[in-house]
Amino acid sequence: MQRIQDIAIKVETPEGTQTSHGNALPIMHEIHHALQRFSAEGEQSCIDLRSLPFGPGDEEELLRLLGRGEINMTMDALGESTIWETAFSGVWVVDHRNAEGERVALQIEIGSVPQIVFSQQEDIVDAIDRLEEQLGLASP
Amino acid sequence: MADDRKKLSMTLGESLRQQGVSRRGFLKYCAATASMMALPPTMVPAIAQALEKARRPSVIWLSFQECTGCTESLTRSHSPSVENLIFDHISLDYHHTLQVASGDAAEAAREAAMHENEGKYIVVVDGSIPLANPGYSAIAGISNLQMLEETVAGAAAVVAVGSCAAFGGLPHANPNPTGAVSVGEIIKDKPVVNVSGCPPIPTVITGVLAHFLTFGSLPELDDLGRPMVFFGQSIHDRCYRRPFYDKGLFAETFDDEGARKGWCLFRLGCKGPMTYNACATAKWNQGTSWPVESGHGCLGCSEPDFWDAGGFYNALSIPDSDLTRKTGYVVGAGVALGAAAGALNRSTRAKAAAQHETVTIDDLDKKS
Repeated sequence: MQRIQDIAIKVETPEGTQTSHGNALPIMHEIHHALQRFSAEGEQSCIDLRSLPFGPGDEEELLRLLGRGEINMTMDALGESTIWETAFSGVWVVDHRNAEGERVALQIEIGSVPQIVFSQQEDIVDAIDRLEEQLGLASP
Repeated sequence: MADDRKKLSMTLGESLRQQGVSRRGFLKYCAATASMMALPPTMVPAIAQALEKARRPSVIWLSFQECTGCTESLTRSHSPSVENLIFDHISLDYHHTLQVASGDAAEAAREAAMHENEGKYIVVVDGSIPLANPGYSAIAGISNLQMLEETVAGAAAVVAVGSCAAFGGLPHANPNPTGAVSVGEIIKDKPVVNVSGCPPIPTVITGVLAHFLTFGSLPELDDLGRPMVFFGQSIHDRCYRRPFYDKGLFAETFDDEGARKGWCLFRLGCKGPMTYNACATAKWNQGTSWPVESGHGCLGCSEPDFWDAGGFYNALSIPDSDLTRKTGYVVGAGVALGAAAGALNRSTRAKAAAQHETVTIDDLDKKS
């Protein structure tokens, strides 16, 4: 089945009309405060962009203002997720997609590294089991 | 069958691990679930902890006087793998449109699900229930009223999906020939959650089911029985065009300068100020857009009796002649005016319902 993003519709913006609705700037201020809190107190925070009433162009404008930094990552778990540090150190974008490539969550995370990037204890325990099995160390 | 029973007894965490999903994958799933339930990302660890131990609840879906639009909305929802994951983890034991079984076998599946999950299953209803004559709508010779009462008797909770089940909807519209009523007018001894909309937003339907799966309880409800997280704020208060309303900038027709510049659609009949729903944030069609973003006012489809609330293209809230003067006060006091508009609207709607106003092609021509 054809997906809606594959349908070739191009929205043309007449010259002089608005390309965003001014919602990016307040979020930039929220990010600024969150980054200050993280720097001073180590408090991590996360903003769910899908819960915000963005108008056309607002999300693009926010991502443009944030820019791209030094690190880009992809995570392959239940579909591909893209994670990148923005031009502002400590401000990350986490873009979760499902197996069909559709977005299921878009978050701004403020911290040293997004939480989902860390190896998880449950997976580490599982990894030890598999390693032992591979090395023939597993108890019968 | 034995596999199904085993799957039913497994927790969600066990089931996902068995499918080879890593902890990271699980946390991603929890992040998507939090977003779907309109909960803040800080809730993800709590959601992960709860979902880890959650067990698949049995769901019985009953369809009465309805158009199947609600099921269409759900099955064509924009994040199928998350929804599929949810449905992998509830046991949808009866649904006319989706189940393979028919006739006696279908009814036997419903009875078996009720018997095996006594006191724990969820009943989802779409469509209203005719009380004038049971013959107006019956399934397998059982009237809608009888099937509802019989099925709900052993349920943990009822979710009324769509404006027909929640408020009577189109069948209930004046003159209501079938004597259609909502689920809540019949069921008084079980919790009933109204997920209104014509159709409801798919992620709102799954969000309510996910809430029950995650926390084993129902979300907080408003005075019309709708989940506050999705229906707590009006379309108008969450609308990205709201700043234009506050500045008094309105589209007057569907092709004027205001319409092209994306100004407020209030004067073209937008029912945003009196409508409570999550369209402005959840959006439709893979998050592509929603009615106001595509240039058409809100119809108010998640509110009771929206069919009888007068013409969709009539700005009911404030008489046109007063609008310019009133918008003069709007800057900085938009919320107050929104509330006043809502109050005015209720009386106008009551009048419209009483007079059963209709819209003709000529009326539409006059507006455009």
